Amino acid sequence: MDLAVFLVQCLNAVQYGLLLFLVASGLTLIFGILGVINLAHGSFYMIGAYLAYALAPWTAAHLGGGFFTAMAIGLTLSVVFGYLLEWGFVSYLYRREHLQQVLMTYGLILVFEELRSILAGDDVHGVAMPAWLAGSIPLGGVMTYPIYRLFMSGVCVAVALGLYAVIARTRLGMAIRAGASNREMVQALGVDVRLLYRVVFAAGVALAVLAGMLAAPVSSVYPGMGNQVLIISFVVVVIGGIGSIRGALLASLLVAFVDTFGNVLVPQAAGVLVYVLMAMILLWRPEGLFRTG
Amino acid sequence: MLTHANGRRGAPLARRVAPLVAAAAVLAAFPYVGGRFYVDLVLTTMILAVFALSLELIVGETGLVSFGHAAFFGIAAYATTLLSPGATPPSLVWLLPAALAITALAALVIGALSLRTRGVYFIMVTLAFAQMAYYVFHDTRLAGGSDGIYLSVKPVLALGSITLLDLGDAHTLYYATLATLAGVYVLLALIHRSRFGHALNGIRANERRMRAAGFSTYPYKLAAFVLAGTLAGIAGFLHAVKDGFVNPEILAWHQSGTVLLMLILGGVGSLRGAVAGAFLFVMLKELFQSEAIFGGFARHWQLPLGLTIIACVALMPKGVAALSSQLRRAQAPLPDAP
Amino acid sequence: MPLDVLLRAEDVSRRFGGLVAVDHVSLTLARDEVHAVIGTNGAGKSTLIDVLAGELAASGGRVELHGRDITGWAQPRRARAGVGRSYQRTTIFAHATVLENCRLAAQARAQRPLALWAAADACGESRRLAECAIAQAGLGEHALRTAGTLAHGQKRQLEIAMCLATEPSVLLLDEPLAGMGPEETERMLQLLAALRPRHAILLVEHDMDAVFRIADRVTVMVNGAVIASGDPGAIRANTEVQAAYLGRDADAAPAG
Repeated sequence: MDLAVFLVQCLNAVQYGLLLFLVASGLTLIFGILGVINLAHGSFYMIGAYLAYALAPWTAAHLGGGFFTAMAIGLTLSVVFGYLLEWGFVSYLYRREHLQQVLMTYGLILVFEELRSILAGDDVHGVAMPAWLAGSIPLGGVMTYPIYRLFMSGVCVAVALGLYAVIARTRLGMAIRAGASNREMVQALGVDVRLLYRVVFAAGVALAVLAGMLAAPVSSVYPGMGNQVLIISFVVVVIGGIGSIRGALLASLLVAFVDTFGNVLVPQAAGVLVYVLMAMILLWRPEGLFRTG
Repeated sequence: MLTHANGRRGAPLARRVAPLVAAAAVLAAFPYVGGRFYVDLVLTTMILAVFALSLELIVGETGLVSFGHAAFFGIAAYATTLLSPGATPPSLVWLLPAALAITALAALVIGALSLRTRGVYFIMVTLAFAQMAYYVFHDTRLAGGSDGIYLSVKPVLALGSITLLDLGDAHTLYYATLATLAGVYVLLALIHRSRFGHALNGIRANERRMRAAGFSTYPYKLAAFVLAGTLAGIAGFLHAVKDGFVNPEILAWHQSGTVLLMLILGGVGSLRGAVAGAFLFVMLKELFQSEAIFGGFARHWQLPLGLTIIACVALMPKGVAALSSQLRRAQAPLPDAP
Repeated sequence: MPLDVLLRAEDVSRRFGGLVAVDHVSLTLARDEVHAVIGTNGAGKSTLIDVLAGELAASGGRVELHGRDITGWAQPRRARAGVGRSYQRTTIFAHATVLENCRLAAQARAQRPLALWAAADACGESRRLAECAIAQAGLGEHALRTAGTLAHGQKRQLEIAMCLATEPSVLLLDEPLAGMGPEETERMLQLLAALRPRHAILLVEHDMDAVFRIADRVTVMVNGAVIASGDPGAIRANTEVQAAYLGRDADAAPAG
């Protein structure tokens, strides 16, 4: 492949990897800190995409449009939703065995998917991107690259930096780092554990919803879109190591590069390659690249 | 089983076996009284019961929560279909062993890798490998891609020119499945009381302790995983023969979730719970899909199913098997679930 | 009398990242000898047991059993070769009977996993081993009780019985007296004394009275390293040990 194609594929891989990171980082935080394996995490991505689909016409009609307005409303809703879900559902899972957590969150997926089907139907819907992001920039020759994808990557990088800052620099972040290994230490830091859990879960939901809203204009919205993201996110978490944000970032990019270049170089085996990657990591380092604690 | 058997071991053999024999007799008599639709439904359910029993060996007996068990069900079903020659009926003598050997090999590879992890990693890794198997059949032209493939001529067991067993015959298939269900049940009951089964239970309760006593636990877990995968393969074989059609959905992760659900419905840690769970699941599904009751809403049957799962796990985490034993303790003699 | 050394550790170390939990420790365990290892919390005593038992791999050094190098052996193999251990936190199977606990442990000697048709509890050999271990540990009258219903001291005895059921020659005991009352302590010390002639015993223990009563040799660990090793009298007199560990309590320690 020539340089321009290679460059475009690299950009695609980075963009996909960063998007994956938004979903996987929430998943790994929720497991690392709350100790809950959350199968419904992919549903939050799906809900985000459908929110983008539903909010765009509504904001256009009532608030005079605005991509960022829709996104702000969606994120606010997701934080409230995550907070309530932790309070009303997830908090009952902390003392349960993994098997029960798996099944209860699996039940939640069925509920979310059917509600989606009832409210939005089973068709594929496109979501318009804002006009000012709809263009492409030339990459020399006949190659161009869509501005919206660059915008997505930019937002993801900003979120990743924000996450890093919160975890490295703030009191909340200190509690999160301590909480991944030691509940008592969190209490010793003077942090309300229940509140911490609620905040972490709401943040995880918001990250996945954000990913879904960002992806909607590119991927369209369709039934079952959360499941594929969920399973790839599991692969990311297994490779990166549970509870590790750094591991999630690195593994997301790794998975995205393998997937993107697999699609170009060996299209007949593309779907399988990331799992082969996971198998190799398991042979080499069964606890993931960056296991915390 | 360290926990569950103690209660049972005290009861006399006859009292433990009697309800099972009665259940088998009911199932054997059913084709003579039930309508064709219901006989077919019971056949489907018995195949699912074999599937659920196979998972019980690793989830209930060994404490390994696998979310990828459908992979083995599906691989065996595909192997059965792909190995069958199109025109002449294949012989059961080589088809079933060949399909099971392929399934066992897949279980060996997936198990050897997955068992390097534990706990929540194991759940995610088994799910991921099952999804990999799904993509192999879904994305490649190996077996008809997402459309699936047909198995038009069913396998037979013949001696010279005399056909002993023709699985193409619905009646024969029903009784072959019932016999398989009974056989798998007996095999697992034997394992449960054997030294192998006791070691698996010890691993579930405290793997560290077992290693300190001198058990190399990895080969035990792998053996259980491969055996469970192979038994799931028997269910997959029966499914392919019954439906005469396989598509990638039979190894999708919803199938793995469904079989775990059967276990928890019936009660993890008991063989009769696994069988009861399969029957309960099919009944629930038929209920929620019934247009006579739910009208147009029956299309959204997974909504009440999801809510039922959540309610079941929240309210009776030990399943109906425990519920019935609780009731029995309260001096209310109940017939055992099938 | 020449010592019958069963287990020998030479320069054994174990690091966790930058932390050195066990730092070049050498010691021997001989038959008919109770070798106590003492030290403050976090001195590396439990880690030392883990490394000797093979639960943790050594980062450096060498472990020998009956003169054979077993450094690379995994825990189950060492256990089958005669290295038994107990845990600081009781690891019994709470839902099973005392007998079944010990029978399962004894099964490790004759695993025969392929004998699917035979009931596990019908195996005479492992049952005999289990009954023997239960009697030795003084739990004979409780054999059919569910382990979870035993008193704390009895659970600790069961922990030892499960260890004995595997017919070990070396016993690595991690705080067998933890949380015990005086009567229970007395019973456990009698048990250890009875086991001494046929076993090499490593005893990690915080109860100094008990240690100085029963130990033939005492090794003191501080920050993962051995600072002193010798007979109980010499250890008690050692000023370095007094400063580092026994502190002012050394004067108050009763003569043994």
